[in-house]
Amino acid sequence: MSTQTPSSASARETTEGTVYTVTGGDWDEVVQSAARADDERLIVNMGPQHPSTHGVLRLILEIEGETVTEARCGIGYLHTGIEKNLEYRTWTQGTTFVTRMDYLTPFFNETAYCLAVEKLLGIEDEVPDRATIIRVLLMELNRLSSHLVCIATGGMELGATTIMIYGFRDRELILDIYELITGLRMNHAYIRPGGLAQDLPPGAVDQIREFVKKMKKNLPEYDKLATGNPIFKARMQDIGYLDLAGCMALGATGPILRSAGLPHDLRKAQPYCGYETYDFEIPTADTCDAYGRFLVRLEEMRQSLAIIEQCLDRLQPGPVMVADKKIAWPAQLALGPDGLGNSLDHIKKIMGTSMEALIHHFKLVTEGFRVPPGQAYAAVESPKGELGVHVVSDGGTRPYRVHFRDPSFTNLQAMAAMCEGGQVADVIVAVASIDPVMGGVDR
Amino acid sequence: MSDAKSNGANTPGDGANGNGVNPEKDLGAANLPGMRGDHGEEIRVQRGMFGANNGGDTSGYGGLVRSVRLPGAATRPYGGWFDEVADELEGALEEQGLVPGNAIEKTVVDRGEVTFHIEREYLVAVAQTLRDDPALRFELCTGVSGVHYPGDKGRELHAVYHLRSITHNRVIRLEVSAPDADPHVPSLVPVYPTNDWHERETYDFFGLIFDGHPALTRIMMPDDWQGFPQRKDYPLGGIPVEYKGAQIPAPDQRRSYS
Amino acid sequence: MGLEEKLPSGFLLTTVEQAAGWVRKASVFPATFGLACCAIEMMTTGAGRYDLARFGMEVFRGSPRQADLMIVAGRVSQKMAPVLRQVYDQMPSPKWVISMGVCASSGGMFNNYAIVQGVDHIVPVDIYLPGCPPRPEMLMDAILKLHHKIQTSKLGVNAEEAAREAEEAALKALPTIEMKGLLR
Repeated sequence: MSTQTPSSASARETTEGTVYTVTGGDWDEVVQSAARADDERLIVNMGPQHPSTHGVLRLILEIEGETVTEARCGIGYLHTGIEKNLEYRTWTQGTTFVTRMDYLTPFFNETAYCLAVEKLLGIEDEVPDRATIIRVLLMELNRLSSHLVCIATGGMELGATTIMIYGFRDRELILDIYELITGLRMNHAYIRPGGLAQDLPPGAVDQIREFVKKMKKNLPEYDKLATGNPIFKARMQDIGYLDLAGCMALGATGPILRSAGLPHDLRKAQPYCGYETYDFEIPTADTCDAYGRFLVRLEEMRQSLAIIEQCLDRLQPGPVMVADKKIAWPAQLALGPDGLGNSLDHIKKIMGTSMEALIHHFKLVTEGFRVPPGQAYAAVESPKGELGVHVVSDGGTRPYRVHFRDPSFTNLQAMAAMCEGGQVADVIVAVASIDPVMGGVDR
Repeated sequence: MSDAKSNGANTPGDGANGNGVNPEKDLGAANLPGMRGDHGEEIRVQRGMFGANNGGDTSGYGGLVRSVRLPGAATRPYGGWFDEVADELEGALEEQGLVPGNAIEKTVVDRGEVTFHIEREYLVAVAQTLRDDPALRFELCTGVSGVHYPGDKGRELHAVYHLRSITHNRVIRLEVSAPDADPHVPSLVPVYPTNDWHERETYDFFGLIFDGHPALTRIMMPDDWQGFPQRKDYPLGGIPVEYKGAQIPAPDQRRSYS
Repeated sequence: MGLEEKLPSGFLLTTVEQAAGWVRKASVFPATFGLACCAIEMMTTGAGRYDLARFGMEVFRGSPRQADLMIVAGRVSQKMAPVLRQVYDQMPSPKWVISMGVCASSGGMFNNYAIVQGVDHIVPVDIYLPGCPPRPEMLMDAILKLHHKIQTSKLGVNAEEAAREAEEAALKALPTIEMKGLLR
């Protein structure tokens, strides 16, 4: 095994620590030689703060005239250290952090994390049906809202503000449902290891049915506005080309993979949360380009609506948390008249009748529950692709290591393959068709 | 069953695991948190009952010492398609003139998942085989996750790969380890180009050097950052938060119960 | 007695300060500085339902040189901090900063190695907006409060005087930790 160091700078040990000497020649000479080589070549830095709407992504493009000869991504401008932060919080508190990773797909992050923790606990089969159905319901709503933002911002980057207004209009309807169910428009922390934080509030089912009806009317508007639009097609077709071999090599999943013709979807391939019992199709395209990805996303939204309807038909009254009181503790709280979560019955019991219950309550609040040592990997099909969670426990009350394999991070690697050799103006289209969310990329 | 190579240096010799519980006599012992078999890797030693590590011991459980172990090596049959994959992998390695016993350190089956612990010298060959063998065909690598076990002497840094086969609809896990003193692991970029950024990320956070990576530089942290922030010996780096008349320490400075 | 009486009808008198403040507040151009979750809510505020255009604020400028308001929407990482300062320096004066969300205001829940614990370590902040993320209504409220601040801001010598007073007051202020009372 070689002992090659990552940097090629020469190093020298001093009393102050290692001193590296970096030599690159005289700057004027460097500039002159670059000028001699090709006077048409230009390095353009896009970002990290730039007009496009994909957050703090930095694109480093080498262009010759209008042609991109080399494209590289600079990421890490939103690195938040969430994975490290998780190691200092209890297992249940972890959902609060993971929901903020890819902030457009909070329910997928939460579900993937909770599935992994449940696997470690060995309670996958004990999660109540109602909780699983509500998880699926929320995930499919989330798929809609994520794709809507993708299409909206993608349109805005083409200069089509109308699509952006349409997308955000429909997303608001979904956010209203989130707010009714979880209390928050974003960053919900609603799905917990073992089930859900609380049951659906009254009126939620009716509102979702109303939404499905409305959305069925609104979805064809995107077709009318964009699908056949000659300008839209001219900007999207054959742009951001990545074929199946490229997808497999670069690990691209989700709509990018499906636009290359492979109907791979974890909901069908390795079903979780009972997806094998739902009736839906996996849309594909064979164009391998940005337009194909747009069509795949649009069709996926229709399929999601179908799944949401099936979920609503299946909902039966029942518990939404596992029976194990240790894991379920936070769900025992009831909403008081003051709007705060506290259960008077519970307080009466622990303060008045049972010393052991008080001790347990105290320990569960301060410590949380323990998870047996080991590791687990759970993956869900997020709107962007395979969202995998690798969780390691050392038998303690806090995660030992949580790693998210975020699809945006992996898919963004394909940017270079999609953009090089194309026009500068098409870079934005290609990046928009990847739909990277920097919160997920950098975590 | 006991695998001396994987146990590291800290195997308690008396069979009673140092805390009075004898797994061979006590039938329920295997279910205790620290007792999932006595053959897995020891990752930490827990002292006391409640994990509170600052302040005096008032609980009376302070003398309790337990070793925390990850699930240990499994024996054949592994169950389900795990045997099929293991057989194919061993056969394919033999065809290439490699001794499977050298390449595959141990196989762990736990919670319905199979993990092949690979000796780092053989990682690229094993991955290549897993990708190209028609009976295996793990086309998709879902990246690498680093884990730092400071308590696992000589094997502190682990790199964990999850491979997915779309053809056969399977997922397996590969795990390689490297000591802190020599944090080198061969790069899988030649086999799975998708690992490019994943390996840079793991290098950035754990200091694992992936030999053969085309451009192993920091990806998340600024280029001039010192240290590898997600190692266990790297502090969380929080600052105390001030309120009126009170100060709340950062999460890693608080009393912990783990 | 005064000037007012000599003027023909239909004229309105005001101070230069108020006139300038009124003109300034009515056409604030925010720079797009979306970082994380808050950026999505910022975009929502600009879109149909909340319609920031009602306050003359819908034109988010891509170039900091055309902007005079920076809405720091989201967590600021150590890697982003120098970039943020550079963008701020590129904005022409007078300029204002809204720190949107708890992460930008104080680091929020991410009290760790990667995140700057409050954007006021890097740039002066005019309005701190709590929430994770703040609702669009909250952002609009912050913007209206900023409008009020711009309207009442001073000019020239008065501005220098006001800045000096503010600095003196800040130097004399009791540190938070020494304040007594509830944890608020």
